[in-house]
Amino acid sequence: MNDYLIIILSALGAIFILLAAIGIIRMPDLYLRISVTTKAATLGVGLLLISAAIYFNEIGITSRVLAIITFILLTAPVGAHMIGRASYFSGVKLWSKSKEDDLKGKYHPKTHGLASGIDEIEEKNESKKSI
Amino acid sequence: MAISTLLIFIRFLIGPTLSDRVVALDLLLTTGIGIITIYSIYTDQPAFLDIAMIMALIAFLGTVAFSYYLDKREKNE
Repeated sequence: MNDYLIIILSALGAIFILLAAIGIIRMPDLYLRISVTTKAATLGVGLLLISAAIYFNEIGITSRVLAIITFILLTAPVGAHMIGRASYFSGVKLWSKSKEDDLKGKYHPKTHGLASGIDEIEEKNESKKSI
Repeated sequence: MAISTLLIFIRFLIGPTLSDRVVALDLLLTTGIGIITIYSIYTDQPAFLDIAMIMALIAFLGTVAFSYYLDKREKNE
């Protein structure tokens, strides 16, 4: 029974990581690539680690595996958000078939502040200078 | 797993921008965690899982450091 569970879980994990690899090759755009990478690879590695925990079946190994899974679940979205933000600032283009760019015109190009319009940020800066 | 590592490495080599390479590096390290897990099941030695944990730490630190560097480089130009 345990053997079948380990086989199923590790095969699913390997398939999800293979899907992430195919996605990073085939996707047309950096942001779509980030999305595919983060979600599919996190799920795949989580399934592989759970199958390792079932295989060894000890308290110490299981707690270690849970620590690794928690760490990956916490850090993957943070890392993806930081690299996406930095690459948006450094001028990576969207895919030509993308319909909307919600952030267009909302970032100040120098200070990287976020507002609904650039004019508001400039007004704020001028008011600070006048003070 | 070997096929997926090869595919990611292709993207790492041909990636048009630096950010593509950073994303591919992150995915390579995450795939490395999976490979280490399978190897530790195969050889029946649970000590390899420690290496997987340290690899997760290094992947996160590398991604954050690269994005910080990209941000700073953009501001200086």
